Amino acid sequence: MTKLVEKAASLLREGAVIKVIGYEEGSNKTRPFFCEKAEDVERLIYNGRCTNNLAVYLTKPELLGSGKVAVVATVPTMRSIAQLVKENQLKEEKFLLLTVTKEDEVVEFSGFKEMNDYLADIQLVIDTKEQELINKLDGMNREQRWAFWQQELSSCFKCYACRAACPLCYCSRCVVEVNAPQWIEPWASPLGNMEWHINRAMHLAGRCTGCGACSDACPLGIPIHLLTHKMMEDIDRDFGATFNNSGNVLSTYKVEDKEDFIR
Amino acid sequence: MDNSNIYLPHLMEIEKITDEAPGVRTFRLKFKNEEEAEAFDFKAGQFGEYSAFGEGESTFCIASSPTRKGYIECTFRQAGRVTSGLSKLEEGATMGFRGPFGNTFPLDEWKGKSLLFVAGGIALPPMRCVIWNALDTRENFKDITIVYGAKSVNDLVYKGELEEWEKRADVNLITTVDPGGETPDWKGQVGFVPSVLEKVAPNSDNTIAIVCGPPIMIKFTFPVLEKLGFKDENVYTTLENRMKCGVGKCGRCNVGKLYVCKDGPVFTKAQLKDIPPEY
Amino acid sequence: MEKLYINKNGLDQWFKQMIKGGSHVYAPVQGRDKVDFKRVTELSEVASDFVQTTQSIKKAVFPKAESLFSYQKSGKNVEVQDFDALSVSDKVLWKIRPCDAAGFASLTGIFNWDYKDKPYNTRLEKTTLVSFSCSKSDSYCFCTSVNGGPGSTVGSDIQITMLPGEGALVEVLTSKGKALVELSADSFEQLSKEIDKELYLAKVPVHFALEQVKEKLSVAFDSPVWQQQSERCLGCGACAFVCPTCACFDIQEDAKGSAGRRIRCWDSCGFSLFTLHTSGHNPRPTQSTRWRQRILHKFSYMPERIQKMGCTGCGRCSRACPVDMNILEHLTSIAE
Repeated sequence: MTKLVEKAASLLREGAVIKVIGYEEGSNKTRPFFCEKAEDVERLIYNGRCTNNLAVYLTKPELLGSGKVAVVATVPTMRSIAQLVKENQLKEEKFLLLTVTKEDEVVEFSGFKEMNDYLADIQLVIDTKEQELINKLDGMNREQRWAFWQQELSSCFKCYACRAACPLCYCSRCVVEVNAPQWIEPWASPLGNMEWHINRAMHLAGRCTGCGACSDACPLGIPIHLLTHKMMEDIDRDFGATFNNSGNVLSTYKVEDKEDFIR
Repeated sequence: MDNSNIYLPHLMEIEKITDEAPGVRTFRLKFKNEEEAEAFDFKAGQFGEYSAFGEGESTFCIASSPTRKGYIECTFRQAGRVTSGLSKLEEGATMGFRGPFGNTFPLDEWKGKSLLFVAGGIALPPMRCVIWNALDTRENFKDITIVYGAKSVNDLVYKGELEEWEKRADVNLITTVDPGGETPDWKGQVGFVPSVLEKVAPNSDNTIAIVCGPPIMIKFTFPVLEKLGFKDENVYTTLENRMKCGVGKCGRCNVGKLYVCKDGPVFTKAQLKDIPPEY
Repeated sequence: MEKLYINKNGLDQWFKQMIKGGSHVYAPVQGRDKVDFKRVTELSEVASDFVQTTQSIKKAVFPKAESLFSYQKSGKNVEVQDFDALSVSDKVLWKIRPCDAAGFASLTGIFNWDYKDKPYNTRLEKTTLVSFSCSKSDSYCFCTSVNGGPGSTVGSDIQITMLPGEGALVEVLTSKGKALVELSADSFEQLSKEIDKELYLAKVPVHFALEQVKEKLSVAFDSPVWQQQSERCLGCGACAFVCPTCACFDIQEDAKGSAGRRIRCWDSCGFSLFTLHTSGHNPRPTQSTRWRQRILHKFSYMPERIQKMGCTGCGRCSRACPVDMNILEHLTSIAE
């Protein structure tokens, strides 16, 4: 029995939480698991294959129920939680945050601040395959990049899995679901697809934490996360915010900001 | 029928616009194409998909009676994109119509019986079709009672026709407004439709009840009808579900194995018991 | 039904003739990480070693977005132009799987029960389905549990079974198939010996008894299983969109000033807005009610209504789901 399983069992038995949101083994991959009974805790696992971002469930009240909920968070999940906290979307007393270290030790955070401190020292890691794609994009000129994205996004069929998997897409009525006026075509079309993805990248500007859930979720394998990733690089350069610490950079004004049109 | 595009609307001209109540309008429509006008027929209870070109389609019942040829009418409340678009149209403008879709009130089966109509607010339109149909063939039915209510006097629709029905000796019309909705010169009842219905207590003997209204009104009217002795197979209502195609293909109005656009919108209370409560 | 033999050169010849004849040929093509249908002009572009494509090829007859008609407004008048049947090209869907071909049978049922759907039928008429029987399957496949199989010819115009080391067995099943074969009649030979197709088919184990599932479903409406199974579901449309039988659609308006088109596009019963009334009332307000609708519609309502299955066991939904909602797993647990 792993330390995680032990911890979950004791939390549930003591009634400290009404459920533990973590991961279990699925069909050839891991998947989110909502553990409500102590006898199910053996199903909880935690390893490098656990890649779903569980923060997406934390803004759904009908899933959480009433009572405290424990979350077994990976680093990308924690980054998303940190951003949700900065956007005032999560109540601290509702959640019990846990993570598991490389040595399989369970860390329980006393609150959001402790989680943030833990995160502060961890840099965003980009794996080689990703870096290759990013380098490829960087090597393109404007026309080539536009052609690249037109090509990639032409296969998009507007399933909105990217939006559904993103923890920061929590709007109860997405912009593409507003029909009066119809800002963005909801159906799949060359123009509509570009409109949607560009719009989403803009709405995530300054907020995206680089978890990659969007492109992991895309059934067609479109590298959507690169759009938001490159957006974040721009934000970093122009506004000084990073993946680790963006806060509400586009909705905050500082006296030191270099734009002077507002003075 | 086989080679025609079921999604292509007939072009209709708006002949007359009547403002019924705040935000509620009635359009009288005629087919722009003579042949289509000739070929068109429908039965009470059926609905159509009405297009505001540039905005989309919206689902309304055909509110006029099939006994009156040469035009159809629809009544709608301005609520979203399409109805707002329709509200901007003037007399003489062109809009679209697809239909008639859905099933019908089985008026033939009701011959010789008495009819009790119970409606609330904007739900009088689907009933108006069958009321006029019944009145135009008055000899087929025994007693006709109409209990109709709205939030306030202003919200009552078809005010002109309510007056006509009031004057008729062969119709017993009871109108009511919600408490607080009455005006100083209001002569009708004051009270919610279910409670007024209970007060009036129409006879359930050999009588068919037709009920249309917002879900909350139906919820409280059904028990009253049961108390008055109406059997479930003799209580009719219309279901509203979000619809798009109107022809049983897009899947939106699917409830259990039924499609509200094909097997409805007219259902009996007995039939409703057998379908999942997803409407 | 006619059985023919074709060798490797013959296949190449036939394919070239198809392209020359002007048909648009769609076939599985290896992409960056996934195999998916693309328009091809050479046999060499077709992917060889894969179990299943990511998406179905239903878009050949039911595009992800299509124009139902177009209109122009001028003053108080409106002119409409009907759907143009002539704009639809002849298509050959090459190397689809038996589960895909069976999916077309379900779609045809939906689009033709009661009213006939002209855009769908126009496209289907001009489409020839060439399926290849399956020599491999994976753990997501369950065609044999839903009245299908790796060598099922239901819905196909032609079925090809590759014979390792040799050419292929060609089963010509319909007149459309025959017409396609005649494009290059001398590429084909008569069979010199009986070929037992079964020898070349994948073994797909039966995981549940369909009748048992249907029986359990007919009384399962209020079961807690829906809530339990759907907790992690994100409510996206991935499963519905990759599915060969899902045909729920939306009707939208593509309006630009005084002209526009009425568009039909894919929709999913899993979206929260699918059944939302303008008043704000939603008959299926939670993800669990929507998950229940998906399963019941496919396995209960649709078979009862139009005697067609709403699922062909291709497993695409389970492979595509970001949170591993595995339909086979759920059905097996319902059957127990």
